[in-house]
This record gives sequence, C-alpha cells and structure tokens, in this order.
Amino acid sequence: MSRGSLSTGLNELLKEANQLNPGGSLRLNDSMVSTIYSRAEEIAGRVVTREGKPNIDWDKKLDDILTSRFFGFPSMLLLLAVIFWITVAGANVPSKILATGLFWGQERLTELLYWLHAPAWVNGFFVEGIYRCLAWVVSVMLPPMAIFFPCFTLLEDMGYLPRIAFNLDNLFKKAGTHGKQSLTMSMGFGCNAAGVIACRIIESPRERLIAMLTNNFVPCNGRFPTLIALAGLLVMGVATSFGATIIVVGIVLFGIVTTLAVSWVLSKTLLKGVPSSFTLELPPYRKPQIGRIITRSIFDRTLFVLRRAVCVAAPAGAVIWLLANINIGGVSILAHAANWLDPFGQMLGMDGYIIMAFLLGLPANEIVMPILIMSYMATGSMIELDSLEALHRLFVGEHGWTWLTAVCMMLFSLLHYPCGTTLWTIFKESCSFKWTALAALIPLGVAITVCFVVAQTVRLLGWA
Amino acid sequence: MCVMENSQDDYPANKIIRLWDLPLGKSATVNSIQAEGITRRRMLDLGMVPGTIVEAIRVSPAGDPKAYRVRGAVIAFRKEEAHKILINFKGE
Repeated sequence: MSRGSLSTGLNELLKEANQLNPGGSLRLNDSMVSTIYSRAEEIAGRVVTREGKPNIDWDKKLDDILTSRFFGFPSMLLLLAVIFWITVAGANVPSKILATGLFWGQERLTELLYWLHAPAWVNGFFVEGIYRCLAWVVSVMLPPMAIFFPCFTLLEDMGYLPRIAFNLDNLFKKAGTHGKQSLTMSMGFGCNAAGVIACRIIESPRERLIAMLTNNFVPCNGRFPTLIALAGLLVMGVATSFGATIIVVGIVLFGIVTTLAVSWVLSKTLLKGVPSSFTLELPPYRKPQIGRIITRSIFDRTLFVLRRAVCVAAPAGAVIWLLANINIGGVSILAHAANWLDPFGQMLGMDGYIIMAFLLGLPANEIVMPILIMSYMATGSMIELDSLEALHRLFVGEHGWTWLTAVCMMLFSLLHYPCGTTLWTIFKESCSFKWTALAALIPLGVAITVCFVVAQTVRLLGWA
Repeated sequence: MCVMENSQDDYPANKIIRLWDLPLGKSATVNSIQAEGITRRRMLDLGMVPGTIVEAIRVSPAGDPKAYRVRGAVIAFRKEEAHKILINFKGE
C-alpha cells in the first residue's frame, strides 16, 4: 500500500470516528468502559458462585476498631509500641549470648595467632579490628532484626498497612503530599533504601521526590539498635524495657512529625504544587501465612540487611583499628580527628568521637555504634564489653556522658543524612545529583538545628 | 439518557448528590464522573461507571478520606475526588 492511500484511509477512519464521537468527547471512552464492565458483570454472574455471607463480618469488626474515630490513632500507637517492646525485651538475652559467644571466639583467635607466633599487628588488624567490629554488628543487630522484621511482616501480611495510610492520609494531604507516603515510610522502618524504591508507587513526580527526600526521617532497622541501646542507657536503673519502649516510640513519633513538617515546607518551596488524586484500596484482612512470613522476613530482609552490614563493617573495623593505632606525634589519628571535631560535637550536645562515628558510619548506619565503642575503647582502658552495664560504665564513667549526650545522639541518629546505600538508591531513582545532594543536606541541616537547639536550651536552663 | 432528565426535576425520592455527601451505611448508584484526565481514568478503572452501586462504609479518624464499597472492593477516596463523583441517591 502506498503512503498516500494509507493517509487517505486514516483520514476516512478519523472522519468516521469523529462522526460517532463528535468533538472527541469523553462519552466514547465512558461507554467503552461501561460496556466492558457490563459484559464482565454478565460473565461473572454466569460462572462465579458466591458463598453466603458469614455470620460475623470480621473485616468490619476489625476496621470498626482500627480505623474508628476514638481508637484509630491510639490503636496504631499501641501496635507500634507493642512491636518495639517485643523487640527491646526479646533482643536483650540473645544479644548477650551472641556477644559472649563471639568474644569467646575472639580470645581463641588471639590464642591461635599467639601460638603461630604471628606479629602483633596481625592480631590487631584482623582480630581487634575486623573480627571485633563484625562481632558487634552481629550481636547488636541480629536479634532485634530477627524479632522486628517478622512482627512487621505479620502486620503487612494481614493487610494492616493500607489502614495506616487511610488513617493518616489527611495529615499528608495537609502537608501537600500523597497518602501513599505513609506506606513508603512503613517500608522505611525496615530499610530506607527499600523505602526509597517503594516511592515508585507514587505517580506524581513531585510527591514522589518529597517522599524520597523525607524517607530518612523514619528510623531504619540499622538505626534501631542504636536507638534501643541509647534508650536503655537513659532509663537504666530507673525503669525497665517498658521505659525504653516509650522513649523509642517517642523518637519515632518525632520522626513522623519531622517528615510531615519537612514535606510541608518542601511542597511550599522547592517542590511547589497541589496534592494529586488519591484512591486507595482497603483489601480484606487475611489470615497470616506463617511460613511465608518467616521466609520473607528472615531470608529476604534480616539476612539481606545483615549481609550488607557485615560487608561494610569488615573494612570499617580495619580502618578504625588503623586510625586508632597509627600515631602522629604520640597521639592516634583517631584522637586527632576526634579532638578537632570536639568543639562542633559539644555545640550539638555530643562529642568529637560521636561526630566521627557518624561520619565513618556513612556507608551503613548499623556500624555507628560499633565504631563509637571501638574508638572509645581504643583510647580507654576497657577491653571487654558484653552488656548494657558495661556500655554504661564506658560512656558515662569514662567519657563523661550525661542524659543530654544520649538524647542528642538519638536525635542526630534519627535525623542525620541517610546511609550510602540509600543515597545511591536516591541517585539511581531520581537520576539527579541535585536531589541526591539535597537528600543528604536537608536532613543534615535539620539534625544540626534540632541538636543545637536542644543542647543549648537544656544547658541554658541548667538541666544537664 | 434518563440521567439527563433526572437532573432536571428535583423530587426528593431520587436526587443527585456528591458521593462525599452520601451518609455512612447508605447506598446509591453512580450518575456521572466529573473528574478528568488520570483521575477520571483511575475511577473508571475501579469500576465507577454510571449505574454502579456504591455504599459509604467508613470515614478515616482524621475525617478524610472516606471508604466506599464498590463492586465487592473497599476503596478510599479523598474529599476532592469524592466531590467529583455524582450519585443518584434515593431518600434520606
């Protein structure tokens, strides 16, 4: 067929279409969809048999509580608190057992190297550097993850997460963003990089960027152990895991408020616009499939995150050991750097070593606490550390921590820049250096401001 | 279409209101969708075509959005969207 006759044919077709659908109105589209639906309805009516309605509508009963005016928000808080409490209370004992076991292994390794007449630096670099950092990461992170992820996957599997979006949507609408952002935030509890990838479910590019830039304010699993340990330090001797849970829930709520506030500012300034349309399905609740929950949470999440942490912790342990053991003018590089950062750290209610730990922890938030412990121990007198009490002695006894130090470190951990993996993911998703840089700088700015204000206010009032 | 006639006379037994104003627990049928573009497309995809039965079943504790039963599924619409759907509502 020649080109000319093709375009004549097309013209005729268009003319006919225009006759049937004058002015290209929406009526044609609508009647197409209507016809499809009535045909589908007819077929479904012929072949689908429905069972009679059950006597008790559990979906309705559950939703009447979980999304009700009075119990909707309290039940969300309660669920969050229960999950954290199970994690905090349950992780203590296995963490201790793992730490004892792994540090027993460290002694055996040292003995082996001694027996082999290996030089001292081999023991230092491999055992005190790499092995010890790995041991901390595993004993600090594995138990909370192995408890938190299955609990969270359980809620996900039962179909509760869309109810959170339903409850909170109005807040997100007021912040000028999309209700689905609460779903991407929920993913962020597991891992911020996963949360950023989940932002693909938000269609509007403006709202997607806001969700990506603020996902960091949800504490990810790599930061929970830090928050939990610090909360434990704060309430030690005063309250139990219950008190620590309250503190962690408070920190998470502060993160959510920050998310909304920063989203609001972004949608009024850099990413101006009106919220796009929102339709959300509330699927029926399902009986959780325990087998699937365990495989998904343990293999896909826990082991995945742990492997990543181990990959980062091994070189980090080596670097820390080198920094702590190479001396310039009689003082280690680590101490030099920490001293140099100290005035800045003090201004934010922390110290130079903590800032140093956050800087070195950029590849993965999981290793911030191990780095801090290693740096402190390298300059202190303690060599064994297997309990919260020992941590308390190291931080408070040897390095002069107050409650303000712990609070500021928790706030900084909650708010500071996302980890290297998350930043890399943001770059891949947004294809823009500008937004990747802002994804690090906005949270950093918020973290510095909040810690500065808190530290200065508390000191001014003479509370700490 | 009979829809056009209905919108003219205004007798209380069968009036056209916005989906947002449908009281909880009540059912109605879709009259027309005033949204355009992607939103309209999305609503049609959900099966919100004229004649579809919708039931208002619950409202978010924050007052917005509201959830509706449409063709066996429960769908939540924000106020803005539920304002763009007109329904035939019989009685108070």
